[in-house]
Amino acid sequence: MNLTGFISLSLGAILIENVIFSQFLGICPFMGVSKKMDSAVGMGIAVTFVLVLSSIVCWVVNRFLLVPLNIEYMQTVAFILVIASLVQFVELFLQKNIPSLYQSLGIYLPLITTNCAVLGIAIANIDRGYGLGSSIAYGLTSGIGFLLAIVLFASVREQMEVSSDFPKPFKGFPEAMLAGGLLALAFMGFSGLSVFG
Amino acid sequence: MKEIISAIIVLAALGVIFGIVLAVAAKAFHVQIDEREEEINDILPGANCGACGFAGCAACAGAIVKGTAEVSCCTGVGDDALNQIAEIMGSGPVERVKTVARVRCVGTSEDMKKFEYQGIHDCLSATKVGGGSPNKCAYGCLGLGTCVKACKFDALKIVDGLPVADERFCTGCGACLKACPKGIMELVPVDATYFVSCASQSNAKDTMAACKSGCIGCGLCVKKCPSEAIKVANGFASIDYEKCTGCGICAEVCPKKIIHKL
Repeated sequence: MNLTGFISLSLGAILIENVIFSQFLGICPFMGVSKKMDSAVGMGIAVTFVLVLSSIVCWVVNRFLLVPLNIEYMQTVAFILVIASLVQFVELFLQKNIPSLYQSLGIYLPLITTNCAVLGIAIANIDRGYGLGSSIAYGLTSGIGFLLAIVLFASVREQMEVSSDFPKPFKGFPEAMLAGGLLALAFMGFSGLSVFG
Repeated sequence: MKEIISAIIVLAALGVIFGIVLAVAAKAFHVQIDEREEEINDILPGANCGACGFAGCAACAGAIVKGTAEVSCCTGVGDDALNQIAEIMGSGPVERVKTVARVRCVGTSEDMKKFEYQGIHDCLSATKVGGGSPNKCAYGCLGLGTCVKACKFDALKIVDGLPVADERFCTGCGACLKACPKGIMELVPVDATYFVSCASQSNAKDTMAACKSGCIGCGLCVKKCPSEAIKVANGFASIDYEKCTGCGICAEVCPKKIIHKL
């Protein structure tokens, strides 16, 4: 993959087809873990980390196991199996070898086990016929897109906490839904963007 | 038919392989966790207030077990729970003074305001306009409840423009002390009898101009206190509760009547 291809792929994944704002994948952690900036950043980094790993492993499983045996229709089941085990394995590995990273990612890792963004990106990689390099790049940049979205949203919610004048029934989750919708609308502005033709 | 069978075989094989890998990994990457750590974590309040100086209750429990923190480092646990922790750690019963948060201000009436603040309902925001405070006194309580929001135990309430702690719920964790942009919250022993309700660091002239009852740091109470329990520092008087006998002479001699009986 050349540099132009990479830039166009990553701009697409981060802005134009942002996992959250235009593909609507991974909404659960987006709404759930965006109350505080610290936890939003932790969640974003953990998702990015798992996305890259799962992109690699799922691509390998698909290419060397599902395709030769002609059972691509089992993709979803196989990928969930792969991702769930992978996340468990990574968690065990981090706890032993990189305790500091485990401390900061620890509580978020199990949440990602069945995150639809992770499964969605793994399937998108296959559907679009990406090679291994493109799959990793797409996984990484989608993760960065997720990080960007959740960090933006957390900063909006932190601000709303002190300064919004919503009536009482709108406090908390409803106002977060409204803010999330407006943020997604703002990201629609990128839909006309295309890179190098 | 062939595809269905191969799908079953492949997925079963994948499942078994991943299962074995995870089982091996669980053994290979096993981390010894001290049982006491979990037991203590169960006793701790779980509010993750951070008053102990650790990242949360779990980190505090770890520090207690490792010995890097005092058994009594959590101010949020009750006496029974504290003794349970002491028992788990094998140390003797612990005694400590229960403290509650109090604000060192008697409040600001309408004529003590420089202007009416209509911005975001938050003390920190209010300190960003009009030279640090909408009150004439730069050390006066803003009464917008930033301390109330900081309290993890729902112990604080704003009553007549001042935060009041409910002694039953206040654990003395000190989260409100850190949240107060004016730094006028203080932890006071629950059985303290007298309290200086002002922390104005301005000089006597400025304090008198801003507030009728502010402490001007005259030092009369220091001179009259029989047990040398009062000191004037930074322009206001403070009581040392370890020495205070509760005689009340300070409250009598105070020309500003800012030393109150609790």
